[in-house]
Amino acid sequence: MRGRSYVAFVFCPAVPILDWLEEIDTTLTRSPGFFVGKPVVLDLSAVDLSQTAIAHLIENLQQRNIRILGIEGVDAGRLTSNMPPLLTGGRSCVLAVNEPKKVESKPKANSLVLDSQVRSGQSVVFPDGDVTVVGSVASGAEIVAGGSIHIYGTLRGRAMAGVNGNSAARIYCQKIEAELLAIDGYFKTAEEIDAISCDRPAQVWLEGDIVQITPLN
Amino acid sequence: MAKVLVVTSGKGGVGKTTSTAALGATLAQMGEKVVVVDFDVGLRNLDLILGAERRVVFDFINVVQGIANLSQALIRDKRVENLWLLPASQTRDKDALTEEGVAKVIGELRTKFDWILCDSPAGIERGAMLAMRYADEAVIVTNPEISSVRDSDRIIGMLDSKTVKAEQGERVEKHLLITRFDTARAARGEMLSIEDILDILATPLLGIIPESQDVLRASNVGSPVTLNDASSAPARAYIDAARRLTGETVAMMVPSARKGLMDRLLGRRAA
Repeated sequence: MRGRSYVAFVFCPAVPILDWLEEIDTTLTRSPGFFVGKPVVLDLSAVDLSQTAIAHLIENLQQRNIRILGIEGVDAGRLTSNMPPLLTGGRSCVLAVNEPKKVESKPKANSLVLDSQVRSGQSVVFPDGDVTVVGSVASGAEIVAGGSIHIYGTLRGRAMAGVNGNSAARIYCQKIEAELLAIDGYFKTAEEIDAISCDRPAQVWLEGDIVQITPLN
Repeated sequence: MAKVLVVTSGKGGVGKTTSTAALGATLAQMGEKVVVVDFDVGLRNLDLILGAERRVVFDFINVVQGIANLSQALIRDKRVENLWLLPASQTRDKDALTEEGVAKVIGELRTKFDWILCDSPAGIERGAMLAMRYADEAVIVTNPEISSVRDSDRIIGMLDSKTVKAEQGERVEKHLLITRFDTARAARGEMLSIEDILDILATPLLGIIPESQDVLRASNVGSPVTLNDASSAPARAYIDAARRLTGETVAMMVPSARKGLMDRLLGRRAA
């Protein structure tokens, strides 16, 4: 024989019972799984219920998926054999109630910052806004952004800005050796870029339907 | 603590196996206990470079599948006491390797050796992925040409995302080893310069190995280039690279073109 103690919820019904049940219902609508799988003890010391009333109460709780582990604060003679057993000697303690945390809806981030260079074969797709790369973009890598693209390094791969129809988006980089540049669907291929690009920081922007490359400062 | 180092490149034929053998042999000569593991299942070469091809009885796959235990499959080098080889299977393919199996073998090797050098197969498929999977450090072997450099860049990206270390939020320490550096062609500007390669790959340089007939000569006799002729230019470069791996600071020498009298007379290219 071994003893062990457990922590249980204690329900203290008050009259009128119907109002009290309504309170339980409010808790349940707020967090439906609140009592699931948790041991519950019924403390009837505050009310004076007949045997049928107790049976009725237990049944009501069962309909709400609350199972009673034991009953306390009532005369043993009022309980039938198919009711939960009578408990005595309970000590009160503080229950840590884990209310489900509300997920705070943060405003969606509208920029993406990458702290390392983008390697060949990597594809960065960010339709929600600007992409900033602190490093180079390798040949065979691609950056797709809904907004502008800022590259603090050499652009050797592909950069596609303003993919959601943002014709005001631009591409900025320290040096252009790009394979493809596109803004809002208008693009320039490597051959066309080579003819223009210079060994200086440059920006790429859209003038009407022509992709322009101009040196910065 | 044991270090797992993968020798990888993406592209084939750049010198992964040669480098694994040379670095492994040098580390072993420095007194470290080294095992070189051939991950190129189906196209094994490391046994040839180490001259152990006739001594292979059990292999990596047998150990992974539990047919043999590790001590049965490990081959001890006859020249360097501290150097061991875990050969790949020649009759199977890379699908025979499983992630759990590789993890088990690497874990076992960690308890027995100071350095575990994994010779990766070319490509970015299963074999190469499993070779890098459990690595703590990586040597990326690159030739001074654009296709090799771009493939290396791809591999570096994978080392930063597909390894266990990367998945745990840590970093695989990466070293760049430039091989087959042709001094004469570099002088004529026919190859990518060291600066260009470092600019593209942004990875610390471990060494520059000059293109040399000594490498081929050594592999023909089944010997790591550092053991065959330790005074040759590639051997000296590999020895320096191995010392840098152990944390020593060794000045970086960029190989320069040195033409002999005969070369000049005959107008041949210095190899």
